[in-house]
Amino acid sequence: MGMDRRRFIKIAGVSIMGLSLKPAVDLVDKLDASEVRVLHNPKALKGKRWAMIVDTRKCAQCKRCTAIEACHHFHNVPQIPDPKREIKWIWEDSFEHAFPELATRGEEQLSENIKKRPFILMCNHCEHPPCVRVCPTQATFQREDGIVMMDMHRCIGCRFCMAACPYGSRSFNWMDPRPYIKKENPEYPTRTKGVVEKCDFCAERIDQGLLPICVEACKSKALIFGDLGDPNSEVNRILKEHFTLRRKAELGTGPQVYYII
Amino acid sequence: MFEKAFVGGKRYWGLVLFWSVFVVIGFLFYLWQLKVGLKLTGMSRDVSWGFYIANFTFLVGVAAGGVMVALPCYLHNYKKFARITVLGEFLAVAAVIMCLSFILVDLGRPMRVLNVLLHPTPHSVMFWDMVVLNVYLIINILIGWKALDCERNEIAPPKWVKFLAYFSIVWAPCIHIVTAFLYSGLPGREFWLTPLMAPKFLAGAFATGPAYLILFCLIIRKYTKFDPGKEAIQTLAKIVAYCTIITFCFFLFEVFTAVYSNIPGHLNHLKYLFFGLEGHAKLVPWMWAFFFSLFIAIVLLVIPSLRRDEGVLAIACLLVIFGCWIDKGLGLICGGFIPNAFDKVTEYWPTFPEFMISLGVWALGFLILTILYKVALSVKEQIGE
Repeated sequence: MGMDRRRFIKIAGVSIMGLSLKPAVDLVDKLDASEVRVLHNPKALKGKRWAMIVDTRKCAQCKRCTAIEACHHFHNVPQIPDPKREIKWIWEDSFEHAFPELATRGEEQLSENIKKRPFILMCNHCEHPPCVRVCPTQATFQREDGIVMMDMHRCIGCRFCMAACPYGSRSFNWMDPRPYIKKENPEYPTRTKGVVEKCDFCAERIDQGLLPICVEACKSKALIFGDLGDPNSEVNRILKEHFTLRRKAELGTGPQVYYII
Repeated sequence: MFEKAFVGGKRYWGLVLFWSVFVVIGFLFYLWQLKVGLKLTGMSRDVSWGFYIANFTFLVGVAAGGVMVALPCYLHNYKKFARITVLGEFLAVAAVIMCLSFILVDLGRPMRVLNVLLHPTPHSVMFWDMVVLNVYLIINILIGWKALDCERNEIAPPKWVKFLAYFSIVWAPCIHIVTAFLYSGLPGREFWLTPLMAPKFLAGAFATGPAYLILFCLIIRKYTKFDPGKEAIQTLAKIVAYCTIITFCFFLFEVFTAVYSNIPGHLNHLKYLFFGLEGHAKLVPWMWAFFFSLFIAIVLLVIPSLRRDEGVLAIACLLVIFGCWIDKGLGLICGGFIPNAFDKVTEYWPTFPEFMISLGVWALGFLILTILYKVALSVKEQIGE
């Protein structure tokens, strides 16, 4: 079959399009080069399975939670007055809202003492996180030490993770959060509208050898952070000595925040 | 063949203009949403999906429902449907484009949507939903267009068209099954956590898809020289009748499990939808409207003398579409999120901009459908069917 002009132009066009891809391919090759090295901070805390224990007996004594204030200030969490649009990484709620399946509507048997107690809620950094399972871009992912992280530059804002999280731990930026940040902390990035965010167990502080900011800021030492993978750790010792609850443990997500009642 | 989309009477251009106006208005509202963020919508921290995802879910059903003409035609050699398979395929094309648009307008950062391809994630159902929907879109464009082209030239369609047609019959249920899996695999959302989700979606899809086709066939017969055939319409009506009954039964089965087991986690969602919870009852009239519209539709469709009356049939189809749209849309999404993970009630209602953007997406779908149907019908009129 001879080549007519039409066919020739077609082939030529496709060839030129192919050539134009070359610079892009070269660039990707360069990025892959082994020049990229990650430097680890030698002071970083090392853990196999980070966990948090909340001693609610101690929380009962506090009027104002300095842990929440410190976290929200440190992470530039905006203070949005409208509860429908609010962003929260760590917050207080009552027993019946923290454990709705244990205290179903209208039941009165709870001791007054527990009814009045605030419960500090945050991301549970599940062992089998449903949010990570459903995220279509791996913008939310689990580190080897169990911390569930967010890549706020990759998140497309589909909010599948919010539907999947059984703990209501995730917040979406319904608008630009920056006007709602009273005093910006330059050490932590602010976010843009359209992405999901949540508590990250202060992964960046752990990697510098520091404890999570909430643990550091809690005046009554009600928050204890440590490695469950280390049999001699303080958290393991406390869990052996106390009866603790985890939120919706029956769902099999393996929440890593424990509540001493 | 596409040139036929550029020649038409006043009625055709009027319709094109009508949809285009809504597309433009919707797009302007979307630009506003892009600028200020999704705070423009009624969604919240507690009800984090709303009208967009509701419409998306419903339309996946419409897209899948188109297969109910292809299946009898290709698998059972039901010749009466051969003339209208292209209507089902083009309906699927328009519906899938609406689905994809609804996903896009729902995203917080739509510019990053290609991250889904850049970082393919097989453990995410949303990744698979994107795959099945796009493949379904492509095969329906290919089959519909090529089969129509062959019809115009009065030649038999090539073998690959038939192969693709079989393929799409299998693929159509898949798009709705995968969409059901978006919901039915989430721990802690008891309203959605049911294996009945996929079958219920399919039954609803096979009721609404053909219901749309019946309405389109009736309109087409009135305004063009192409007659889809009385018997074809009546067969579709029987399909709608059966599938609506199955949909309604599935709903009743869910009610039974929730009510008889009396487990608050299951019951509270239905209580909220049909009676209100803690004084919040925004969806109550809508859910009862769903209940009665399906019920009345079933009565109209089951009685043969009523079903054969095409005026009654049209009303029944409208009721099926309306009822399923409430149930699979707002009812499903709001019911899943209310009460929330803390057993608290935060209500949801779409805002005006959210409504206009949704209207724009619907208008876009109907604009595409109008153009595709125009091409198909011009071909059919030309060959004198």
